[in-house]
Formats: sequence, structure tokens, C-alpha cells
Amino acid sequence: MSLSLEQVQRIAHLARIEISETEALANQGQLNGIFGLIEQMQAVDTRGVEPMAHAQDVAQRLREDAVTETDRRAAFQAVAPEAEAGLYLVPKVIE
Amino acid sequence: MINASLKELSQALAAKEISSVELTSLFLDRIERLNPAINAFVTVDRERSLAMARAADARLAAGTAGPLTGIPIAQKDIFCAEGWRTTCGSKMLANFVSPYDATVIRKMHGEAGLVSLGKTNMDEFAMGSSNETSFFGPVRNPWDRERVPGGSSGGSAAAVAARLAPAATGTDTGGSIRQPASLCNLTGLKPTYGVVSRYGMIAFASSLDQGGPMAASAEDCALLLNAMAGYDERDSTSLDRAREDYARDLEKPLAGLRIGLPKEFFGEGCAAEVMAAVRAAVVEYEKLGASTVEVSLPNSHLSVPAYYVIAPAEASSNLSRFDGVRYGYRAPEYGNLDDMYAKTRAQGFGDEVKRRILIGTYVLSHGYYDAYYLQAQRIRRLIANDFVEAFKSCDVILGPTSPSTAFRIGEKAADPVQMYLSDIYTIAVNLAGLPGMSIPCGFAGGLPVGLQLIGNYFAEAQLLNVAHRYQQATDWHRCMPDGIA
Repeated sequence: MSLSLEQVQRIAHLARIEISETEALANQGQLNGIFGLIEQMQAVDTRGVEPMAHAQDVAQRLREDAVTETDRRAAFQAVAPEAEAGLYLVPKVIE
Repeated sequence: MINASLKELSQALAAKEISSVELTSLFLDRIERLNPAINAFVTVDRERSLAMARAADARLAAGTAGPLTGIPIAQKDIFCAEGWRTTCGSKMLANFVSPYDATVIRKMHGEAGLVSLGKTNMDEFAMGSSNETSFFGPVRNPWDRERVPGGSSGGSAAAVAARLAPAATGTDTGGSIRQPASLCNLTGLKPTYGVVSRYGMIAFASSLDQGGPMAASAEDCALLLNAMAGYDERDSTSLDRAREDYARDLEKPLAGLRIGLPKEFFGEGCAAEVMAAVRAAVVEYEKLGASTVEVSLPNSHLSVPAYYVIAPAEASSNLSRFDGVRYGYRAPEYGNLDDMYAKTRAQGFGDEVKRRILIGTYVLSHGYYDAYYLQAQRIRRLIANDFVEAFKSCDVILGPTSPSTAFRIGEKAADPVQMYLSDIYTIAVNLAGLPGMSIPCGFAGGLPVGLQLIGNYFAEAQLLNVAHRYQQATDWHRCMPDGIA
């Protein structure tokens, strides 16, 4: 398997990372090297093996539907790049 | 005092031979003097540390102190600490002052009364094995300043190795506690997945990440793990288990212990001098009454490929939160919202982090999920099953931590695949979720060699026992680098 330049650019777009053509070219070589390593997996017959998503075989627990946190909105919004009147500001998305 | 064990520091504090303020000042002064050449700390806040030390002294005076109250410690900059800048080694969080405490921070400082000396440098978002991917520059190994300390907990390792702190915390996703411990002559422990809370520990690969202690000895690590571990309802993967004293079995004799030697860890790919030190440790264990048995981990060669699918997949999801909206960096100039995301992430993340996000995005994308992600998860099961099988004939597994000693800064930086292969002996442990340690076992060309010990699930106390008895019989863990007095 080998990633084309267009594929690298497409992945970068999906990941919302702006990438120049020079960067895409540099990444293409390195990513293909890494996928060369990953390809070793394809030779292994894993039919019938249950995928392991997690180290411990435990179920997600549920908690009571109760308010347990105090209101710390001001403290949490103080670290935002741009906030006003309790809202996070971003560029206009609806004209 | 800088070479004292945590137990000795605890006794000195209890006997009022030294105050926490004096002890904390001693280490802060060392950081001021020695850190510029090593770059182990990215944030130091003397006043904040001294305020914590004064509070610890008050507890010591009031008789409400615990065994670690007043002892200074360095915190890896992956743990959110309220009021402290928490960067995770990234430009993305270079100015982020955390509004809350990670559970590990709350337990260690709030409950145990440890004093924070500051935040340690690390590979960006814990993605690296050399500490070269940090936005704040590489950390230098105190044993040879032209070499890396390992990573990603390289700042923590260098800080303890240079005695800028008596101990430190680390996190380990694929070897990030054990490998730097190995390269810097320290003792480091990655606990069983789920033993230490991940709440407030900035996520890299959530099914693999686990925090743990890094210190001079197994005894120190046992005392620190007592303060770090425990059930936390704020971490949905934290395990609800009875509290245990990880130091309880330290002194147990090793007679009858069965040590498994995986043939895959004793074959090609490991530097001869490293292997010689590991084999000498095996002989030492036999003298201590342990027996050895050959075991096999037949799928261990697949651990690096499977890891480089699973970890980037989880990372690409976890790091999608860094979008320039709620916290962290935002690009100064942008057009629409999509452009703001793309420019923020292009400017805020370094090359290695971007590379892993791209890998993760690709393996999770339509048409590739089964071939990569699902296949990696199936191989993860095979790797975990190998350990289940191996532990039928042994109590602990032993081998090298790292295939080489500390490499030169820049040596592997341009070749990601070579860098990834430096974690070849540690990654399988994370995939299986087992506890693992690295302890000093000798030197090769003047550089430390680490011995890896792998235990069965929840066998931390046993691992610490196995490490402690070796450290009572050997002096490797007491060796110090030159030029740090």
C-alpha cells in the first residue's frame, strides 16, 4: 500500500489540519514508511479472534442522574481564546 | 539530603530534622542552578511550591501528616493542576493555566501532602520516545548531555536523575515511564490499566494511557503508588478495587519465584552490552533463590505495528478537542470556522503529533477501518493471550526495557520508524494492560541499562517486591551521574 499525495491532502482535510504541498510531500514519505511497518499485520490470520478494544473486560458503569458538579463556567471560560456573555465566540457560521 | 530515600526524607521531616520549606527550597535552588543545562522543567513557581511546603509543615506540626507529607515531587506536565500552567509539551497549550486538578494531583498534593516542585518537560502530547518533540525543546540526559533522556516522560526522568527532585510522576502509553527510567538509571512503574485515575491526565490513547511513579528505588515507587492509586468515579475506566498497600510485600524472600524469560526478548535486535547486563541480572536473581523458565510471546513482534494503528486512532479522536474554541491556542488570522480549525491545528501541533493524527484519521476512515483498526484490535487480543499463556508457567516476566542505551539527540529524529522501534519491548505490556517496571541493572559504555519486569494483572506489590530484593543485593540504582553535586 502506498498513499498518494492527494490522499495525504484528503486525510489532512478530514483531520482539519491545513497542510502545504511541501508538508504533504514530506508527510507522504514518512507516512508510507510507517504504513510499511503496519503492513506486517496483514499477514496474520485473525479469523475468529474477537477484537480487543480495552485492557479490562468490564462494562461501562452508569451513575445516578443527579447534579454533582458546581457551576464553574466563569473559571472554565476564562481560558477560552474568545468568550463573551457566557458564550464561546467563533466566526459566523450562518449568514 | 538530595540522595535520601523517600522513607528517609519522611523520617527526617517527622523528626523535625528538616522542614518541608527547607527541603523544598533545597530542590528549588538546585532546579534554578542545574535546570538550564538539562531543560527538565518547563514550569517552576517558587512561591506556589513554598506555600504548599508551609501547609505541609503545618500538617507535620499538627500531627495530621501522612507518610509523604512535605516531600517535594516533580509532576509531568500532562497532569492538569489548578493554577499551574499545564502545557503537555505543546504550543497548543503553551499558555493554558488549568482551572482544575487531575485526580492524581488532588490525591498527591491535597490528600498525601506532597509538595509540587513544578511541571516537567515531555514529548508533545506524550508522543515520542526521546523528548525531542516537545515545543519547549529537548531534555538532556544527565548521564550524557548530548543524549536523549528517553520519552515521553523525559523531563521527569532527567529531573530525578539529576536530583532536581526526589521523585516524579510519569505516564506510560507505550513505554513512556519505563523507557526513560531505563535510559536515566531510575526505577519506574506502569501500573495495571485502571489502577491510577486518568481524570485530568491529558489524553493521548485512552485505552493504553496509565500514570505511575518514577524514582530512585522500588521502595520509593511503592510509597508513591500508595498516594497515586485508587478508584475514581470521575474516570469511567477506573477499577473499583479494595485499597492496597503496595509496600506490603517489599521484603518477601524470592525463594521459589519463577521468572519467565521470553525467547523473543533475548534474540536479535538488542544491543549486546544491554543483553549482557540483563543476563547478569538473571544470574543475580538465581542467587536470590528465583528459578527461570523460558516462555514465549509469539506475537510480540506485532506489538509495534498494532500499536501504531490503535494509539494514533485514539489520539486522532482525543485531539479533535483542540480546535481553538474552548481552550488553548487559536490562530491569529483565519477566514471561516473550518479555516480557523485548520489553521489553529496546523500552527498549534508539532510535526509528530500531526503525523499521528493523520495516521489515526486514515485508519479510521471509510473503507480502511476493518483492514487496519479492527485487525489491530484482533492482534491486540493475540498479544494479550500470549501473556495469559506465559503466566501459566511463571510469576513475573523479565527482559530488557529498551534495545539500546540512550541515543544521541537528533540520531533518530528524522526517521519515525526507527524511533518507534525503540519501544519494541514495552508496547506489548500496554496493549495487554499489564503492570510493568524498569529498574537499573548496569551500564554499557557509561550509560544506564534498564531491566524490565512484567507482572500479571494487579501484581504491582509483587513486582515491587521482586525489584526491591534485587536493589537490596545490588547498587546500580544508587549510581549517580557526574556533575550534579
